Amino acid sequence: MIVSRGFHGRREPAAAELPPGQYLTRDFPVLQAGPTPRIDLDRWKFTISNEVGAEYTWTWREMLALPSERPTVDIHCVTRWSKLATTWQGVSLDTLFSGVETAADYAYVRSYGGYTTNLPLEDLLDGKAWLAYRYDGEDLPGEHGGPARLLVPHLYFWKSAKWVTGIDLRHDDEPGFWETLGYHNYGDPWREQRYTDD
Amino acid sequence: MTEPLVRRRSPWLAARVFAVRSETSVARTIVLDVPGWPGHEAGQHVDVKLTAPDGYSAYRSYSIAAPPSGERIELTVQRVIDGEVSPYLVDELLPTDELEVRGPVGGWFTWRAAETAPVVLVAGGSGIVPLMAMLRERARVGSTAPFTLVYSVRGPADVYYEAELAASDVPVRLLYTRAGTSTRPAGRITAADLPDTTGARVFVCGPTGFVETVADLLLARGQDPASIRTERFGPTGG
Amino acid sequence: MHIDGNGAAGMFAEALGVDITTAVLTCAGCGDSGPFAQAQVYDQGPGVVARCATCEAVLARLVRTPTDAWLDLRGARSVRLPLGPAAG
Repeated sequence: MIVSRGFHGRREPAAAELPPGQYLTRDFPVLQAGPTPRIDLDRWKFTISNEVGAEYTWTWREMLALPSERPTVDIHCVTRWSKLATTWQGVSLDTLFSGVETAADYAYVRSYGGYTTNLPLEDLLDGKAWLAYRYDGEDLPGEHGGPARLLVPHLYFWKSAKWVTGIDLRHDDEPGFWETLGYHNYGDPWREQRYTDD
Repeated sequence: MTEPLVRRRSPWLAARVFAVRSETSVARTIVLDVPGWPGHEAGQHVDVKLTAPDGYSAYRSYSIAAPPSGERIELTVQRVIDGEVSPYLVDELLPTDELEVRGPVGGWFTWRAAETAPVVLVAGGSGIVPLMAMLRERARVGSTAPFTLVYSVRGPADVYYEAELAASDVPVRLLYTRAGTSTRPAGRITAADLPDTTGARVFVCGPTGFVETVADLLLARGQDPASIRTERFGPTGG
Repeated sequence: MHIDGNGAAGMFAEALGVDITTAVLTCAGCGDSGPFAQAQVYDQGPGVVARCATCEAVLARLVRTPTDAWLDLRGARSVRLPLGPAAG
């Protein structure tokens, strides 16, 4: 192995325990697979579709009128950076799902711009996920997924889909954008489930 | 899991720093010895990988600044604020240090000595690096192909290869975005800054915004799109 | 926020053993074609995504894991690789 004398990279010593293979960062890297979508708030919609095609939709105003929470969470990106104690405001997925009838086990998440990801429905519930529209005390910027993104901090951050527009509930699990191209279907950072065979 | 049918050698070659020399206060040319270097064309780049003692590694792409010279290659690197790799390369790296390179990469954005058509090079900031390789290749082979360079930087202190460009027989138009001169006010590149490009091949390199502005200016005045080759470095210019 | 196909060339060369910058891709979305060097490339995420410079649809995706390269070229209706003049 060729080691470059004195090179350490952009890493900081971590006092807190991080998932294996992660490094602490103080900035908030912008990672995206395409241009930042321009979304008109007057036309923004969030839709949960269940396994028989029933749809539950919220406009921006309707979403803002829902009770919100202000979670403080650690986030872990599969590209190895972790950011601790990030502060958000958003609607708990438990609130959104409270009126949804479903017997499905899987969620397929869709975003403006075409990005997709998938996870078991139970990983969105019981306080584990939010539809987040504010970050660090301000409106969520477009480059970080605004106007609203999914926030699922217990999984690698590629599951926290930016520019989210809907969730399809399914009986079968359909892998999303990165899950079809080598990344792990579930993505638990604490078991270091980065890639398909992990 | 299946074994690969053909065991591939790692594409990364060991490189040792032979020399470093400063170009500006934030940019430096690094001369590397790379045993096994297969040669390259003017305009191509390499990926440079650094590995920390604990195995952590990071890599970035850098254009090769000079024509082939045996197993020695030259890169010019600009320090990106808060960058992960460039501050190490510009501020820390010393002769005899080791790193790894992969390449040469990219056969589309190249100029070959056999070409005789006129060439206009348009550089934004560190986009000058691959274009300098083309200028140096032209000089190395004694080509008489007409070349012109348009080079946009913030101010006089940001010019790379200043003495060499001043001594070159190639006309060089220096544009400053933040410093006025007696002949041109400070400002970004405009159509008036571009020479006649009729019948010429045009190579444009620099930050994405610069490249797209120049490409738009050229297309707006009827330049054949097939005559334009571009390389975008991303917002920070490499 | 995006670079171009030149910047992704090293990863594609490692995966496929060819210089992808001179390949001409025809977009499965809008039908436009052009050299991969001019594709809009997003490489700051978990993988590389190359998009059509005309319509921004995904042309190609590449992920590098420690052991494999994963490639998706479905966004290109065709990939034309110049191989040089035929010998003989």
